[in-house]
Amino acid sequence: MKRTPLYELHKELGARIVPFAGYEMPVQYPTGILVEHAHTRRAAGLFDVSHMGQVRLTAKSGHNAAKALETLVPGDIAGLQPGQQRYTQFTNDAGGILDDLMVTSTGDHLLLVINAACKDADLAHLQKHLSASCEIEPMFARGLLALQGPQAAQALARLAPAVATMTFMTGAFFTIEGAECYVTRSGYTGGDGYEISTPAAATDAIARKLLAQPEVKPVGLGARDSLRLEAGLCLYGHDIDTTTTPVEAVLLWSVGKERRVQGGFPGAAVVQKQIAEGAPRKRVGLLPEGKAIAREGAEIVIGGKVVGKVTSGGFAPGLERAIAMGYVEKAQSANGTKVELMVRGKPVPAEIVPMPFVKHAYYRG
Amino acid sequence: MADVKYTDEHEWIRIEGDVGTIGISAYAQEQLGDVVFVDVPAAGRKVAKGESVAVVESVKAASDIYAPASGEIIEANAGLAETPGDVNTEPMGKGWFFKMKLANKSELDGLMDQAAYDAFVKGLS
Repeated sequence: MKRTPLYELHKELGARIVPFAGYEMPVQYPTGILVEHAHTRRAAGLFDVSHMGQVRLTAKSGHNAAKALETLVPGDIAGLQPGQQRYTQFTNDAGGILDDLMVTSTGDHLLLVINAACKDADLAHLQKHLSASCEIEPMFARGLLALQGPQAAQALARLAPAVATMTFMTGAFFTIEGAECYVTRSGYTGGDGYEISTPAAATDAIARKLLAQPEVKPVGLGARDSLRLEAGLCLYGHDIDTTTTPVEAVLLWSVGKERRVQGGFPGAAVVQKQIAEGAPRKRVGLLPEGKAIAREGAEIVIGGKVVGKVTSGGFAPGLERAIAMGYVEKAQSANGTKVELMVRGKPVPAEIVPMPFVKHAYYRG
Repeated sequence: MADVKYTDEHEWIRIEGDVGTIGISAYAQEQLGDVVFVDVPAAGRKVAKGESVAVVESVKAASDIYAPASGEIIEANAGLAETPGDVNTEPMGKGWFFKMKLANKSELDGLMDQAAYDAFVKGLS
């Protein structure tokens, strides 16, 4: 089992540690998931996401890193201005999703943040396809802290005042506690917040400094999951994987407009066909009646016929009710469609609803 | 003084005459984390020892609760519908799940008493 630079801090804080993607990670602290979730929505939560992979791509002489990366992802990377960040996916030849990632341009290189469980495969994928055009530098030892919530800005601005005016999906270098960090205004909760990439050796001191701010409390992976589910955000390996395309996953907003036309990424033909003709199935939000929780794997049924499956489901602390997302056949995917979710063999009435379940609150300036 | 026994699945049963009250232990609720819903059985249901009769949902996961003995459900804890967090705050009190009429009390002979259960939990950590 691997550990992040914050393992000792998690133990000190009384975290319950669980294995996650090969790391010993805090699933919750003594206050529990409900309190951590509520605190993140009201003030600011600090998450250790150092298990995620960070990779730096720098163009080799005569090459363009953004153009090179575009051969692997459908996002508009070439159009990123320095300091801009974008969400995209690595696709395979069938249009399936190998991983989803964040890409930020610093001007002279690209910074990628990839999922922990995929990072070795992603790195091999990058090395296989981009070695001729880019220097590919895994920075897997670096720390990554997410500071999320409506008071994240005021807390982080005490350490680095200029972060206050950053807008959603932008990034910049800052010196925090004497260490050079790369900060983006982004996150995985649907709310305002930052992700802070830190040198490994400085991670613990920066985390402690953030926790010393009155707004900030530590939050574990349990609440990270309930927060992202409320925000309608996909969890790789659950809501998206190699069998789902960006069109089916309703991530077409992240596919560059020109790239939809021009293609040039793996599986482009499949994606373009689905754009033109519609995908066979679609990711939807599901609101079950009553208190029963339909979790991953629960069948979605209409009139006794299985039309899809739940890919994420849980209790939404912000709504005090169960929510879920899953895939249904395109013909059955309209908002308002009544379905049943099979929970432990019993049908639970539910309705297809728009996502997010909780309104996004990004800071756009 | 009622007799309380424990299963190795961390359910407790308080035995009063031929009626047993069932819930989950303090250790179990701590492992589950915040409880948000308990699916309790309907009164009148006949259950066999070891049968899944209730489900406790925490934010993280769903866990089955098994009947520690055979018999008939006579009452479910209706209060849990409004305050499922009672399972966390008072697992041995207000957080009880259901009461059942025991068909054969000798089925409880193999369960742990408080001292044995305490030792069992200690061995888990």
